[in-house]
Amino acid sequence: MKVLVCVKRVLDPQVKARVKADGSGVDLANAKMTMNPFCENALEEALRMREAGTVSEIVVVSVGGGKTEETLRHGLAMGADRAIHVVTEDSLEPLAIAKVLKQVTEQEDAGLVICGKQAIDGDSNQTTQMLSALLGWSQATFASEVKIEGGEATVTREVDAGLETIQVKMPAVMSADLRLNEPRYVKLPDVMKAKRKPMDKIELDSMGLDTANRLTTLKVDEPEGRAAGIIVNSVSELVEKLRNEAKVI
Amino acid sequence: MNNLVIVEHDNNEIAAATLHAVTAAQQIGGDIHLLVAGHNCGGVAEAAAQIAGVASVKVADDASLANGLAENLAGLIVEQAQGYSHILASATTFGKNVMPRAAALLDVAQISDIAEVVSEDTFVRPIYAGNALATVQSSDAVKVITVRTIKFEAAAAEGGSASIEQIGGGADAGLSSWISQAVADNDQVDLTSAKVVVSGGRGMQSGDNFTMLHSVADKLGAAVGASRAAVDSGFVPNELQVGQTGKVIAPDLYIAVGISGAIQHLAGMKESKVIVAINNDSEAPIFQVADYGLVADLFEAVPELDSAL
Ligand SMILES: Cc1cc2nc3c(=O)[nH]c(=O)nc-3n(C[C@H](O)[C@H](O)[C@H](O)COP(=O)(O)OP(=O)(O)OC[C@H]3O[C@@H](n4cnc5c(N)ncnc54)[C@H](O)[C@@H]3O)c2cc1C
Ligand SMILES: Nc1ncnc2c1ncn2[C@@H]1O[C@H](COP(=O)(O)O)[C@@H](O)[C@H]1O
Repeated sequence: MKVLVCVKRVLDPQVKARVKADGSGVDLANAKMTMNPFCENALEEALRMREAGTVSEIVVVSVGGGKTEETLRHGLAMGADRAIHVVTEDSLEPLAIAKVLKQVTEQEDAGLVICGKQAIDGDSNQTTQMLSALLGWSQATFASEVKIEGGEATVTREVDAGLETIQVKMPAVMSADLRLNEPRYVKLPDVMKAKRKPMDKIELDSMGLDTANRLTTLKVDEPEGRAAGIIVNSVSELVEKLRNEAKVI
Repeated sequence: MNNLVIVEHDNNEIAAATLHAVTAAQQIGGDIHLLVAGHNCGGVAEAAAQIAGVASVKVADDASLANGLAENLAGLIVEQAQGYSHILASATTFGKNVMPRAAALLDVAQISDIAEVVSEDTFVRPIYAGNALATVQSSDAVKVITVRTIKFEAAAAEGGSASIEQIGGGADAGLSSWISQAVADNDQVDLTSAKVVVSGGRGMQSGDNFTMLHSVADKLGAAVGASRAAVDSGFVPNELQVGQTGKVIAPDLYIAVGISGAIQHLAGMKESKVIVAINNDSEAPIFQVADYGLVADLFEAVPELDSAL
């Protein structure tokens, strides 16, 4: 089975996002970018499936501008076999990304697609579900455990109430939660090897898809900060303040 | 304008989060209809009809809808979408799972996790773990929306008298089946609706040490929460995680114990009314958002707090 792993290039999670002064968006100029953490979990799971013999080939795919190549190279260094870069400088919404990924999935004849649960820039948490819908495939989101056997996958999902287990028919689209696995570190020889692995480029415009955005961002604001608090010197002072000043206990 | 709100429930009770989504629908304006999809969920439909401000409740009762499987439920939502300008659900794992699927089938965008209704087509939503707020305007004929519960009051659960309409529907797409759910400890105060939350982080060192927090929580009628590190270390189950990828809460009082205050954790609790931090590292970023900070060893401070209450 061939598996497609969808990866996104995002602002490094350790970096605090800064809103541009003109309110047009978040300032990404010179910011440190990485592979979306959840996408690393998605790729790690595919690598483990290949090691277990369930998966024969892993293709990483990403939609984005020129620098997206770095993120795909990272995926190749982690161990993916091939990369596909769908090139566009536009920032597409999840629905449009899902349409692109659908076409790639069909062209590649993949039997499984694994995405991250959410991209930590837009925090949309939509693309997996949309791709699954457009393909008409089974959907298993927020996975913390996956077992594939005999044309079906048993997936444990992280839900608000705890853990839910479902069974889905293959082919399926899944999304990885952070506790699905611990992504491996990339070693220098892997980085060198990754340079020689194939990377296909597809111009978005050549795909013939309607990828127009449906939402217009009117402005992006900084949230209101909290007023500075105080340091108390003892537990008794804390309890006194909570009782008499804040009146919350 | 007509709003359809998808009711989240377990075939017995309506999830509180749904009441917050109803309020968002009220702010959008127009009629509000509810969709109750489930199995043997007549009681839920009757309770839904009592919610203030609701005009009608549509009920689809079928075994294929018993567990909110995305493929089956999204199919039903699409069938029922005709005539609605807005389709809403709360931004819980239930809503996040099904709504984007329905939106894609309708070929419209989904607007995730709205924090404010500006007008019928314009909404504010947090991005980058809440470090930025985007105001977005939709050009779609149908707006599919998930609602950030902490930003909208709960609608009154009583006082309405909506009509109840049985609708057909509920075809099994045959793609997935529900196996089981490991349910949380029912004795605990619900994290998302608690007025007071006591959360522990990696500094707690073990699951056993959380008994200290439970004892404080019991005295305050509080729920217990956790950071991701505490969940990953196996101290507590995943449903206690607060943050960008866990639950987003805004209690009157949030007590963070042994939590450093990473961006991703702050995303889930920084709108709490009063924040207390107990941490032995005076440089910990949690102190930047805390109203009351106590620089102390939690293994001394927490038992002391427990006996002071
Ligand atoms: C994509 C992504 C999503 C994430 N989502 C979330 C999320 O939803 N929620 C979340 O919480 N995190 C999330 N994280 C993880 C987050 O970045 C932090 O790693 C995590 O919040 C750290 O947890 P912590 O504060 O418990 O642990 P640490 O950062 O290790 O902090 C432990 C703290 O305990 C203090 N301490 C230790 N011993 C004592 C003592 N005896 N007395 C008092 N204080 C003590 C230390 O001084 C320290 O400040 C996410 C990360 C990523 C990359
Ligand atoms: N531009 C993109 N290219 C490839 N995959 C993407 C892209 N955007 C989102 N995805 C995938 O969809 C997941 C969820 O993203 P989102 O719906 O934006 O939260 C990500 O973790 C990726 O796996």
